[in-house]
Amino acid sequence: MSTETIEKPEFNITVYTENQIGLLSRIAIIFTRRKINIDSLNVSPSEIDSIHRFNILINETEDTVRKLCRQIEKQVEVLKVYYHTNADIIWQEMALYKVSTDVIAEQVSVERLLRENGARAVVIRKDYTVFETTGHREETDALIKILQPYGLIEFVRSARVAIIKNSEGFNSKLREFERLEPGEDVIENEYLNKGQKVFTM
Amino acid sequence: MEVAQETLTVPAKTETKEVSGSVALLDALIAEGTDTIFGYPGGAIMPIYDALYDYNDKLNHVLVRHEQGGIHAGQGYARTSGKVGVVFATSGPGATNLVTGLADAQIDSTPLVCITGQVFAHLLGTDAFQETDVINITTPVTKWNYQVTDANEIPEVIAKAFYIARSGRPGPVLIDITKNAQIQKFDCPAYTPCNHIRSYRPKPIVRKQYIEQAAELINQAKRPFVLWGQGVILGSAEQEFKAFIEKSGIPAAWTILGAGAIPTNHPLNVGMLGMHGNYGPNVLTNECDVLIAIGMRFDDRVTGRLDKYAKQAKVIHLDIDPAEIDKNVKTTVPVWGDCKETLPMLTALINEAKHTDWVSRFNDYTKQEVDAVIHNELNPTTPEMTMGEVIKLLNELTNGDAVIVSDVGQHQMVACRYANLNKTRSNVTSGGLGTMGFALPAAIGAKFGAQEREVVAIIGDGGFQMTLQELGTIMQTGVNVKIIILNNRFLGMVRQWQELFNERRYSFVDIQSPDFVKLADSYGIAGQSVDNRSNLQGALQEMLAHNGSYLLEVIVTKENNVFPMVPQGCSVAEIRLK
Ligand SMILES: Cc1ncc(C[n+]2csc(CCOP(=O)(O)OP(=O)(O)O)c2C)c(N)n1
Repeated sequence: MSTETIEKPEFNITVYTENQIGLLSRIAIIFTRRKINIDSLNVSPSEIDSIHRFNILINETEDTVRKLCRQIEKQVEVLKVYYHTNADIIWQEMALYKVSTDVIAEQVSVERLLRENGARAVVIRKDYTVFETTGHREETDALIKILQPYGLIEFVRSARVAIIKNSEGFNSKLREFERLEPGEDVIENEYLNKGQKVFTM
Repeated sequence: MEVAQETLTVPAKTETKEVSGSVALLDALIAEGTDTIFGYPGGAIMPIYDALYDYNDKLNHVLVRHEQGGIHAGQGYARTSGKVGVVFATSGPGATNLVTGLADAQIDSTPLVCITGQVFAHLLGTDAFQETDVINITTPVTKWNYQVTDANEIPEVIAKAFYIARSGRPGPVLIDITKNAQIQKFDCPAYTPCNHIRSYRPKPIVRKQYIEQAAELINQAKRPFVLWGQGVILGSAEQEFKAFIEKSGIPAAWTILGAGAIPTNHPLNVGMLGMHGNYGPNVLTNECDVLIAIGMRFDDRVTGRLDKYAKQAKVIHLDIDPAEIDKNVKTTVPVWGDCKETLPMLTALINEAKHTDWVSRFNDYTKQEVDAVIHNELNPTTPEMTMGEVIKLLNELTNGDAVIVSDVGQHQMVACRYANLNKTRSNVTSGGLGTMGFALPAAIGAKFGAQEREVVAIIGDGGFQMTLQELGTIMQTGVNVKIIILNNRFLGMVRQWQELFNERRYSFVDIQSPDFVKLADSYGIAGQSVDNRSNLQGALQEMLAHNGSYLLEVIVTKENNVFPMVPQGCSVAEIRLK
């Protein structure tokens, strides 16, 4: 066996779906069945009323990601699936940090550090203060390290949300979907099919 | 799979009628062309069964002996009729008993609509009596499932269920209906069938450029080879397929679910693929220059070791399910779409050809296989009988016109290898899941799905004992199925592996059986057991001539092996003749 490990970069999977009970588990088991860990999962409304948007982050090879996307797209209530590398998207994660208010009051440096890291106080109470930052993983991680020596009481980070740089959204697509005989790009998935060397024989 | 659609009755749109959810369900089934339901009642589905009481003249409900039997019967029905199989079960244990059949139907793309009763909606999540989370249990093994808690949903949901089950790549759908919704009265609108769901694309667009590229590859090919699967049958594209191979002159081999799409004796039919398939198709897979896969999914039992599979070949893959393209074997040209549409387009662009030398290479391998395996299997000189000689005689007596339903194990491989199939929809077997216990109930359903045909079930002594309670269903319905038990007093296929790969360490494969003939007799089913070749033909004749079901036990050699064999982990070219 070669000792070389296969590179598994981060891929961001975007899924447009109907708002249907049970769909979350139908999508989740596509990953779990193949023993693939979901690193981050966000489900939210999309720009269109009634259409939901999943943002799923995994570390896998592109070949595997494409196969997973095809399995997801096969589900009856899924309209469309795309996958992107980090370079193709704008993404953010939000984090909350709870720190003792006394510590902040006593140690001016902490406040400065928080400000330097773009954190903003959400709640300030006698006993604790909650700060918030939004950014990339490295940024929210950095602040944990900074706060750790000052007694970080609680930390939580949200799932990743991502906007696709090169996307015109879903409004016009949806109108196509509703037609009985929709156009090609609705029936086919140019994202999943690209990269197949079908045109070079 | 649009067959049943023709029978849809579409009443005027304006009328509504106050009915219960149960009545709405039964009316919807009738509107979808359902004639037969396989089911078993229980507390949570009682309102539906109560409504069924008044539908005796419109719906034939077959009371099975176990819900697994019910769903396998539904599968058998769907496979021979081309219609959607309909199954009823109660909540809890009734529903969980369906799971094996759902998994089987999912992997073998069998269209089913299963209706399960569920506890009252207000009891969901309370661990109520016979409550199970059926939706979550069945999600991985259904094409679609849905829980109905309000009767108003029923007409639309049932219409969707049938549309999803039969369209595109078919599959099983489960609808779980809470008891309150079954009882609830509501204003039921006239039934409207479903033919569009905005998020669901049953068929990919057929792209002309792929067809053109595929045709070009085929026209340039020196050693083209066709592999076909059940997609040809599911797409009712048997004629289109035959026209394609006859014009192109390309030899074609089948997966076990594709068997029978063209007759066994067609000159371009070069045999069965896979682990126990024929010699030529396996070896020559690794010598062809263009491999054309039609409605098949490159299962590992077909491909053997993937990194040594057809590496030399350009691959053209025709499939209705885009997720199958590149899943296991990298495709040079993907031809998405329903092969009923794509095959004629391809046939139009290809040159007429005859690959005589290439086809004769398959025949050369056949000769070697006949000498090494087939001749002895079909014409044994040993005192004990072989499974193969039973199938050979059966072929002669039925002229290859029967529906052959096989269970899982050595007898299944022998049945698939040697049965003559003149007609499509003649081979009913559990392919992808390999479910022992499938054949007896599936044969019952197969007969209901094709009343005019002879249905013969070929079952092992092990598998028969998994669902033998369905003899009760045969007794009660009087359905005419012929049952052949090929009794080798072993769990034969596992024993074969233990012999070949575990130094004959026969671990728990020695299985005892009851007196099958007496057992059949106690269900009022005629039968006999033969252990002597001189009685075999007479016994088979008696079985076929018998007016009604019949059980024939044939005592065969204990330790026979099925060959050829591609051992697990080996390439198709490493197929062994012994
Ligand atoms: C439900 C189920 N359990 C276990 C198996 C594993 N299995 C495959 S073949 C086989 C032996 C079948 O024995 P028998 O029915 O007597 O048929 P034979 O192989 O002897 O023809 C077994 C146990 C299976 N396929 N299905």
